[in-house]
Amino acid sequence: MAADAVPRLITQPPTAADDPRDRGGPAQPLLIAQNLEKHFPIRGGMLSRKHGSIKAVDDVSFSVLKGETMGVVGESGCGKSTVARVLMGLVPQDKGSIVFDGELVGGQQGLPMRELRRNMQIVFQDSDSSLNPRLPIVESIAYGPRVHGMRRAEARSLARDLLQRVGLDPALFAFRYPHELSGGQKQRVNVARALALNPRLVILDEAVSALDKSIEAQVLNLLRQLKQTLNLTYVFISHDLNVVRCVSDRMLVMYLGQVVEIGPTDAIYRKPKHPYTEALLESRLTTDPRTRVEIAPLAGDPPNPADPPSGCRFRTRCVFAEEICAARRPALGGSSSHAAHLVACHMADPQSGHSRTAPSSQRAAALGC
Amino acid sequence: MSDTALPLPRLAGAERAPRSARARGYWRTVGRRLSRDYVTLFFALVIVVIALAAILAPLIAPFDPNATSIVNRLKPIGYKGLFILGTDELGRDVLSRLIYGGRISLLMGLLPVGLATCIGGFLGLIAGFAGGWVNALIMRIMDVFYAFPSVLLAVAISGTMGGGIVVSLVALTLVFIPPLCRVSEAATTQIRSRDFVDAARASGASSLSIMLYHVLRNVLAPVLIYASSLVSVSILLAAGLSFLGLGVEPPTPDWGLMLSTLRQSIYVQPVICALPGAAIFVCSLSFNLVSDGLRQAMDIKA
Repeated sequence: MAADAVPRLITQPPTAADDPRDRGGPAQPLLIAQNLEKHFPIRGGMLSRKHGSIKAVDDVSFSVLKGETMGVVGESGCGKSTVARVLMGLVPQDKGSIVFDGELVGGQQGLPMRELRRNMQIVFQDSDSSLNPRLPIVESIAYGPRVHGMRRAEARSLARDLLQRVGLDPALFAFRYPHELSGGQKQRVNVARALALNPRLVILDEAVSALDKSIEAQVLNLLRQLKQTLNLTYVFISHDLNVVRCVSDRMLVMYLGQVVEIGPTDAIYRKPKHPYTEALLESRLTTDPRTRVEIAPLAGDPPNPADPPSGCRFRTRCVFAEEICAARRPALGGSSSHAAHLVACHMADPQSGHSRTAPSSQRAAALGC
Repeated sequence: MSDTALPLPRLAGAERAPRSARARGYWRTVGRRLSRDYVTLFFALVIVVIALAAILAPLIAPFDPNATSIVNRLKPIGYKGLFILGTDELGRDVLSRLIYGGRISLLMGLLPVGLATCIGGFLGLIAGFAGGWVNALIMRIMDVFYAFPSVLLAVAISGTMGGGIVVSLVALTLVFIPPLCRVSEAATTQIRSRDFVDAARASGASSLSIMLYHVLRNVLAPVLIYASSLVSVSILLAAGLSFLGLGVEPPTPDWGLMLSTLRQSIYVQPVICALPGAAIFVCSLSFNLVSDGLRQAMDIKA
């Protein structure tokens, strides 16, 4: 298979050891999300009463190790961006907790949100909307440090420094306005803005999806280089499976607000365990006419997130769906190892009662050992 | 099929070479565009002339605007070579009164709009940025004022509060707050949903800081453009209030009041009767056209 031939743009073993900002040690995940839940109320009618809610993020747990790139994939509307916004505190979560480098975020004794935001930054998809059209880009970049008390001149020189780092000559670009830049240049500025607070974790929310391919590659290379020099950790949200494959160390697959599969990228691409992941991977376009598929691997739209199916949320589109899938929600496995490849599917759980449980265990049962 | 060769698609300029070393700021671009717009510049000059005449009235006016003369009532234009624009029904020099009257008109044009821009613009900024019930509260109050036609509202407020300059100023300010608030609220709501506001919040900024640093500079242009178009309306409304006897007290020279008192002499000296009206017309037209030019100059796609 071509699995090993794919160039890895960003691969570095976690190297958090000699970071002075490090608190929990190299084994402590940089970010732990526990049972995150965000339901958006649907209001309407008289006196805007609440009648239902969109379950955008429903019981999502994962951890991001120091120095790794965690890919997050899934269809549009599966809650990828809401997870990003919840992590940044832009949208308060309804339930669940966030632990950053061993410290619980928020609450009385926890890490204050302001402190979290200094350590964690986000780059949005829309490079144009992310920059203030009435501000020269140097001021947009310098804004964050100034909010955190840096003097104007100091913040400006830092901003010029960052422009240099992201490959834009400050002498030419510092006082330009966003409308005078191309899409790729604007996204470089957004990366610089995200780095201005010297964060440890950067969430890239479809950060390269809107760029055309050649520029996407440039920005990805830039991100790889910055990750190495600045000891960054990325959460890389994307719907582009090929980019995620070449960028991330581990990845998680979301479906309708829930994590269906999580594990090392190589393992998932080599042998997806969840039928949704499988369909998702098969839906990638190929340049090889011989591997062309005529039948869509996955038909229809995801169900309404305001009224998700019972049990396994994927069962309405899953070819293997059985009674047990409607009755009980499959759990995402219980292994605490970060290298584990976990899946939320009854077929992977020998005790679930699904007729197609993992073939190896079936065979084992048949042999009576 | 087609005999003409299709033009080759140009390569997408990946990271194109810079056009100029240092780009111009927004306000400098606006200034440059204005300096090329001769119509706007001409009418801006007219306003400057009216304003200068009003400010320097005691030095320019040939007569005391309030000096009456029974023998020289309603004399025609150029009478005796002294009264350049003739005299009114009490024998007062019309030119002097027009020059002094500019003071009131400009004051009534600029001050209420300025005050309303500050108050209404700020309310709109808060309503748009806060959203939710704050927005609903502020905007519904504005809607109540909106329910009345602006002229009626101004007349009603002036009427109940007893007339006079200060009351007119207050009445006009109240009339202009709701529309300015609405423009500001609409612009703010639009800006608030942009990602850079979220990005600013993600960098730990407070709402106040985001509002004043990021949102205000984006809302300023549409609000200023709209406010400048209201100056001429304000001048007209103020003249209307004076005409109805709700504005300036009589002997104070004011264009609206002059129009009102001279109209009885319309069959004796029709040209002189029309002069205050012409002054109002020229002044408000100038403001309108300058506002229009300003809108074009500031309407830069960014």
